[in-house]
Amino acid sequence: MLDGLRRVYGATVAVDRVDLTVAQGELVALLGPSGCGKTTTLRMVAGFVPPSAGTVSIGGTNVTRAPPFARDTGMVFQGYALFPHMSVADNVGFGLEMRRVARAERQRRIAEALRLVRLDGLGDRRPAQLSGGQQQRVALARALVVNPKVFLLDEPLSNLDARLRAEVRVEIRALQQRLGLTTLFVTHDQEEALTMADRLVVMNGGRVRQTGTPEEVYERPADLFVAGFLGRCNILRGSVERPGVFRAGNAALPCDGGAPGLRSALVIRPERIAMTHAGMPASGALPGRVAMVTYLGGLTDWHVRTDAGDVLVTRPTPDDADPLRQIAVGDGVALDWNPAAGRLLPDHPDL
Amino acid sequence: MSIARTILWRGGVGAVFAVVLLPVAAVIWLSFFNQEIVAFPPPGYTWHWYANAWSKPEFVRGFLTSLQVALVSAAIGVSLGTAAAYALVRGRFPGKSALAALLLGPLAVPGVVLGTGLYVFFVQIDNAIDFQIAATLPGLIAAHALLTIPWTVRLVAASLQGLHPAAEEAAANLGARPWTVFRRVTLPMMRSGVVAGALFSFIQSFENLEMSLLLVGPGRSTLPIVMLNYLEYRVDPTLAAVATAQIVLIGLLMVITDRFVNLSRVVS
Repeated sequence: MLDGLRRVYGATVAVDRVDLTVAQGELVALLGPSGCGKTTTLRMVAGFVPPSAGTVSIGGTNVTRAPPFARDTGMVFQGYALFPHMSVADNVGFGLEMRRVARAERQRRIAEALRLVRLDGLGDRRPAQLSGGQQQRVALARALVVNPKVFLLDEPLSNLDARLRAEVRVEIRALQQRLGLTTLFVTHDQEEALTMADRLVVMNGGRVRQTGTPEEVYERPADLFVAGFLGRCNILRGSVERPGVFRAGNAALPCDGGAPGLRSALVIRPERIAMTHAGMPASGALPGRVAMVTYLGGLTDWHVRTDAGDVLVTRPTPDDADPLRQIAVGDGVALDWNPAAGRLLPDHPDL
Repeated sequence: MSIARTILWRGGVGAVFAVVLLPVAAVIWLSFFNQEIVAFPPPGYTWHWYANAWSKPEFVRGFLTSLQVALVSAAIGVSLGTAAAYALVRGRFPGKSALAALLLGPLAVPGVVLGTGLYVFFVQIDNAIDFQIAATLPGLIAAHALLTIPWTVRLVAASLQGLHPAAEEAAANLGARPWTVFRRVTLPMMRSGVVAGALFSFIQSFENLEMSLLLVGPGRSTLPIVMLNYLEYRVDPTLAAVATAQIVLIGLLMVITDRFVNLSRVVS
């Protein structure tokens, strides 16, 4: 669908060599920090930004040079961009009107779309008379009612409060799956991307860093940027001493294979690290001392100072019977993990 | 301290209002004096001067001419000014700020200078292509349109600046061609600016004296010029009556406009 897409602003390359195909009925999330080029990419698909190079095709048709009105995409904008001077029904019906759908048919489809987003009966209201969540659903209905070939969502949840966001997230995903909508979704919120997307495209600096299912990207990040951006992780810097042994400072750590010599980083998710009180027999373990304990409700974080650097350990908050319960600030601990849980990546000094 | 400050503040505001409104009130009061020579206090009140103004054909003709010029020039100025404001706010082209300054230019030039310049310009055209513009109604209307453009440009640009282009993009995304986007989304959203621009354009044109003086043709005097002419050989409350009629007309226009758009919001 996107082939070698590139957009240059003056000397700044906003988007570079983006290749991406979204399958029929698939929801792909473009994820990255602000300024990474994800919104520009989406706007190139919608036709608001002409690409400097590359092509955009929708359903097999090359639309790179087509104006926005001829592209048949349905976009939900960040601020919803409802027409303030029109009623909710007229907002939703606008696309149908542009497609010259007869009035009776239009009324029927407007009603159906409003029912779909659970706004039946509010068609006569003005957008300003609705709550943020309701406006957001009007924007959804307006984009959906025309049966677009591609559904485009530009940070659609960022203006909602946290509780509503979680709700609408589930709603949009259910709707998308039920209607089999081919969807491209832009977000900087990793939780949003993880929970909604069939596939993630992690972007940074205008480039795609990794594409894959949420699981693939989280479990096997392609580089240190992806590892650090998606979820929390420990990055231990050092080098592979011999296959299976990673040397970081004074510590020799278990790792999965690896080529000796090169400077690299061992990436381990904090929830994959086992922790025991020091003094308990444990082989291949990394000793350390607890510097801080943070209670997060369901989870607890231990910040452990080790020879390999500071390591974050996350576990479900232990109950009274759990020996972890006894571990407090200043205690000596031993850390251990399955070598397969660690991931060796090329070191990148600026990350 | 705080009470003194409050009194000072209210007194200051009251004084400003007094300065603005007292002359208007005085004119209205004067128009009812039943004496030709203005003297305070008046011996009595009368509607005579209104009847007198109505009975003089030059006032009626002047009023109609002014109305015609103001309506047509406002219509022209608002159309051109709206298009210009749209280009200035949404467009990207070299020399944009220079063009913006140029479009506001007529506000900065004194009316007499503008009138003289236009008169000379029109005469030059007359000579060059043998087509009379100076001292014609179209010439006057064109000059007035020039006067009204800056008002529309400023008011419409202000109302456009507060509008996010996303709604226009949404319309395009839903299949609307550029002209449809403008007509169905952009224009309605900047309606308040356009309506306010039209109102101020009309007032500007209707009340203009200095520039019009140099451009009107014989028998086509606008109301302010008729009033000035009258003043040259008569001083009686007839002029106050005509002025009161104008004040009422413009006041009514503002009230009606305010029903459609919140004027204080557009202007501030």
